[in-house]
Amino acid sequence: MSQQYSGSRSEREEDLPEPAPAPAGGSAQAGTTDLDSLLDEIDSVLETNAEEFVKGFVQKGGQ
Amino acid sequence: MSHVPPAPGRPGGPSGVAPAWRGQRGLVPDDAVLPAGRDTAGWGVHRVMGMETEFGVHAPDNPGAGHTVLSTEVVNAYADVVTAEGGSVAGTEWDYGEESPLVDARGWQLPRSAAHPTQLTDRPLTDDDGNPVHLVMNLVLPNGARFYVDHAHPEYSAPETTNPLDAMVWDQAGDRVALAASRRIAQAPGEPQVLLYKNNTDNKSVSYGAHENYLVTRALDFDELAARLLPFFAARQVVCGAGRVGIGTTGRTPGFQISQRADFFEEQVGLETTIRRPIVNTRDEPHADQERYRRLHVIIGDANLSQYATWLRCGMTALVLSMIELGTCPVLELRDPVEALQSISHDPTLGTTVGLVDGRRLTGLDLMDLYRDAAAAHVERFGMTDPATLDVLQAWGETLELLRTDPAALADRLDWVAKHQLLSGYRQRHGVGWDDPRIGMLDLQYADLRPDKGLHAALVRRGSMRTLVPEETVQRAVHTPPEDTRAWARGRTVGVFGQHVVGASWDTLLLRRDGEGRLYRFHQREPLSATAQQMAGVYDDGAAPGSFDRLLAALSGAQEDPRA
Repeated sequence: MSQQYSGSRSEREEDLPEPAPAPAGGSAQAGTTDLDSLLDEIDSVLETNAEEFVKGFVQKGGQ
Repeated sequence: MSHVPPAPGRPGGPSGVAPAWRGQRGLVPDDAVLPAGRDTAGWGVHRVMGMETEFGVHAPDNPGAGHTVLSTEVVNAYADVVTAEGGSVAGTEWDYGEESPLVDARGWQLPRSAAHPTQLTDRPLTDDDGNPVHLVMNLVLPNGARFYVDHAHPEYSAPETTNPLDAMVWDQAGDRVALAASRRIAQAPGEPQVLLYKNNTDNKSVSYGAHENYLVTRALDFDELAARLLPFFAARQVVCGAGRVGIGTTGRTPGFQISQRADFFEEQVGLETTIRRPIVNTRDEPHADQERYRRLHVIIGDANLSQYATWLRCGMTALVLSMIELGTCPVLELRDPVEALQSISHDPTLGTTVGLVDGRRLTGLDLMDLYRDAAAAHVERFGMTDPATLDVLQAWGETLELLRTDPAALADRLDWVAKHQLLSGYRQRHGVGWDDPRIGMLDLQYADLRPDKGLHAALVRRGSMRTLVPEETVQRAVHTPPEDTRAWARGRTVGVFGQHVVGASWDTLLLRRDGEGRLYRFHQREPLSATAQQMAGVYDDGAAPGSFDRLLAALSGAQEDPRA
């Protein structure tokens, strides 16, 4: 019965990745290098007029 | 079927109505054994569900433009994207006071909102030659979704899907739809950019939603449903919160909190969605057989960018709904659910405890452990051992475990953890506080849909954020409906037989041959009918002789509802 109701997108369910093993040395350490390089990238992507931009981001009511 | 007959007084629906599970065959197995007096519209994580996103809309170079005008521009731009590719959409026009039920969006023109920011509500727009400019306010897309102007936001409502992975895929498809619309506007000469954000607040007291919808059985007592959901909805943010800079509705108190939405909720249960927001919303509009089903409209969630968080959010919720329907959900009662929601959100260290009526004090993680353990027992008891259900259960457990032991390891999966790590790193590097405008900018930019600006997009591009499906799968969902619900017939009819469609909604299709003559009305009250299987061959060639008659016959056959 599992085939019948395991979802019509079974081929995609098979795409679900196996949980990645924790990086050696712990995720915090491995993450730091990655974070540093990401922060480098962010410095170049961040909107330059942050204060004005954030102030100007005004929305009207939603649900 | 060894279904136990309902106990007297608690039938599987109002007298004479078939129970919900009988309409959900294919999801609920035929040999399922339900507890006496219980009915269900789902099984494991399998259930009819769909998500909605209200996008934040911003035109920094056009500060005078109204939000409704900008949202209209976005929806019209997407109509243009589809029709320029040779596809079709079904649309309803902005109503200038006359009846104007349908617009063929081909030949669409930009509404020039820059020049006429307030004109939308005044009189019909005309182009430079004086010809009327049609503005569509509501589109049904070839993937079965709805894309429309919801007051001051463009909103994408995903087509009905039957499991959390598909719900996530068609939700992500909505992000691509919105991005395509924004890009179309950016390509128009002289038109100010319209930027779109998948977030939930402007940090100036306004919030907008990212809703989920789940089909549940009508037989379930709503008070019971609400009571069981309240503690879960207060706690589930520790997994699927999107993270937010600032505390309070205006974000005035510096800090970081787990949820975008928590501070905007004031009630436990209620009908409102825009004021005095309730944790459990009572809107009762099933767009399906209302004697059999209820649509649970969930308004508490944050807009997730992460595929993993979106999938887990829907999967955990589907399992909790299965437990509630079948009577196995933990019975927990918070002393003050609204306060609990906010205190859990305000503590990204996850140490805060909230009070239960029985005197216990538990953390958000403790509460989630109770639901997860109960879900594991529930799945085992009922033999819900299909891979999709077990995947959710496994990921749910692993996520809770990591939140306790090594939360940083979840920066590649959970939006709030990713955002917290990113912003904390930035604060440290630049020696700034949570109230620095650049931190607010990063919070906003995390949700920017543009691949070159969005920080979530940057994480995905760098491989720092997991995805569950390849991008091609999401792209396919932009153009194609789910195969296993009535969204198939809706989307494919719009896409293949667009010239005959004079109206389309969640449960109705209106057709006229070439838009003229007799009106054919099809009402589909069963979400699992009119699927690709039932409509096989109908959409192969919309121009072939007899194809329209075959469509009418197939829609009519699907409407008969052989499942009841």
